[in-house]
Amino acid sequence: MPTTDNTQVQLPDENGHFGQFGGRFVSETLMGALEELEEVYRKLSNDPDFQEEFDKDLAHYVGRPSPLYFAERLTDKVGGAKIYLKREDLNHTGAHKVNNTIGQALLAKFMGKPRVIAETGAGQHGVASATVAARLGLECKVYMGEEDVRRQALNVYRMKLLGAEVIPVTSGTKTLKDAMNEAMRDWVTNVDNTFYIIGTAAGPHPYPMLVRDFQCVIGRETKQQCMNQIGRLPDAVVACVGGGSNAIGMFHPFIEDESVRMIGVEAGGHGVETGEHAAPLSDGRPGVLHGMRTYLMEDDNGQIIGTHSVSAGLDYPGVGPEHSYLKDINRAEYVAINDDEALEAFRTLTQVEGIMPALESAHAVAYAMKMAKEMSPDQVIVVNLSGRGDKDILTVAELDGIEM
Amino acid sequence: MSRIEACFTAMKAEGRKAIVPYVTGGDSNPRVTVPLMHALVEAGADVIELGVPFSDPMADGPVIQLACERALEHGTSLTDVLAMVAEFREQDQTTPVVLMGYLNPIEVMGYEAFAKNAKASGVDGVLVVDMPPIESAGLMAAMKAESLDIIFLIAPTTSPARRKAICEQGSGYLYYVSVKGVTGSKALNVDEVGAYISDMRQDTDLPICVGFGIRDGQSAAAVSKVSDGAIVGSVLVNQIAELANTPEKIPAAVAGIVKEMRQAIDA
Ligand SMILES: Cc1ncc(COP(=O)(O)O)c(C=O)c1O
Repeated sequence: MPTTDNTQVQLPDENGHFGQFGGRFVSETLMGALEELEEVYRKLSNDPDFQEEFDKDLAHYVGRPSPLYFAERLTDKVGGAKIYLKREDLNHTGAHKVNNTIGQALLAKFMGKPRVIAETGAGQHGVASATVAARLGLECKVYMGEEDVRRQALNVYRMKLLGAEVIPVTSGTKTLKDAMNEAMRDWVTNVDNTFYIIGTAAGPHPYPMLVRDFQCVIGRETKQQCMNQIGRLPDAVVACVGGGSNAIGMFHPFIEDESVRMIGVEAGGHGVETGEHAAPLSDGRPGVLHGMRTYLMEDDNGQIIGTHSVSAGLDYPGVGPEHSYLKDINRAEYVAINDDEALEAFRTLTQVEGIMPALESAHAVAYAMKMAKEMSPDQVIVVNLSGRGDKDILTVAELDGIEM
Repeated sequence: MSRIEACFTAMKAEGRKAIVPYVTGGDSNPRVTVPLMHALVEAGADVIELGVPFSDPMADGPVIQLACERALEHGTSLTDVLAMVAEFREQDQTTPVVLMGYLNPIEVMGYEAFAKNAKASGVDGVLVVDMPPIESAGLMAAMKAESLDIIFLIAPTTSPARRKAICEQGSGYLYYVSVKGVTGSKALNVDEVGAYISDMRQDTDLPICVGFGIRDGQSAAAVSKVSDGAIVGSVLVNQIAELANTPEKIPAAVAGIVKEMRQAIDA
């Protein structure tokens, strides 16, 4: 492992760069809004009242701290390192996404914006946004690719019940990236009264920074819980990577702890070698999309190419810029897990632990199981179980040939 | 003197205002673009903004999104668009051509290679929608080395401090985005635009053209009274969309719209 110093922890720099990645690649029409957001955030992130309200909401509304659970039967079944699960699936609304939406909705409230918009893939971020909007009495519109509206019908109805309007996006590949384009277009048009709640640690500065900061509660708690439960830091932390918010929230507090391996698991889809996947860090190259420079899936002419993953939440051709940076400085490792491996892990965890993971999180579980086998029983892996699998039951049933 | 500077200098001397049509390269198919460009010039276009299709045109409304999709169905790449400009230059050595698009295709080609290829093809400037001045140092250096212009956007939401910086870094002309929104947005308010532009003149001597929300001769004429030129895109692209199945009719029909605007501006 290369040496790391604490300068990495202080990134991004003042222009939002993580090394060559990140930045603010947007049309001039959005620059003012991003500057304002950055200024407000810098002020509020040092404001004890804001922090207190955030912490209070995480405790009493989200239900934090989430448990760190020793998956003993899974560990026995796999043989090798001990596998612990950080139970973000137990958060209110069922995933880590809510940590961030609580934070951004508070920003919207402090900025006096009556309307929030969001993009969503699996629908978890859309649900989390609709939830906080309901709680704060804000108008909420959620953009969702038409393909995902179909795959995640349950979450679509959940959002509607919560009072949000779900807008199916029919342009481009009809998935998460197109939903993000459409949300940006809405924001440009309604910038005066609207706060854009981005759902992952991606997009133009300051989003990757502020989403990370809100999600870092995952890694901070994990660290503390490891000290309490095993008396030391884990040997590795593992998280799935779509846009990268649950992973960066887990990784960031460990960056300076060089003994802890950090492993991000991308969606290998039908297999990285087939080209049908959503693994830009494994098989992409740096480019510019959605306001940031980062690893992307693109063709030789710089057009963004379609992605494939069985899990809607990982079906994204880019990744948060801090992950691109952590890859290039070799501080974090990035690997891919295919659809069928993730589905198998989904079933295994459900059957041996009675915990049904989101298909996104199942990618991390699958890789941890692979790794654990090669490690010794006195070693410890923490898997970030980013969400619960209820939303995916229809997808799995369909694959099983069962009509509900 | 660059072609862009020569063009605006001459217009100023004659007391004329510019009309700047935007069309997407390769829309509705790659064979349409060069004849269309010539037809636009004949109809009175002073500068042509030629769009480079991109898979994720984040700052564009549905009309130009669909134009990108049509062009990409034919595989139109940045290299292809440069070749279109080179072919246009075989007959027209005076009308400035500005490429308009998103950064990623340029990143993939490489800044220096892009600037060299652009120069060799007869391109005069580039407007990269998602590259604000603060991220432009690399491309700026490459473009300067080839004496090419970078055109920047200024919006109603641009703060005075950033406006000043943009005016200092931009060259060729400045593109004032008249409304908050994406391309193809609602009608603009000419009084507000006029007030903003007269403010802006304190920061720059560059020509200022106005785009977004110009739909007909009347709005083009109104805008040209308070600026140096009118940029018109979505109405033209709409016409292309309507004739996508009879592409041979596109140049004359689109030029017809530009001609009407030209006459309204000159009236
Ligand atoms: C449960 C769950 N995990 C992970 C993700 C991927 O997002 P990120 O990489 O930002 O954590 C999603 C996205 O929808 C999700 O719902």
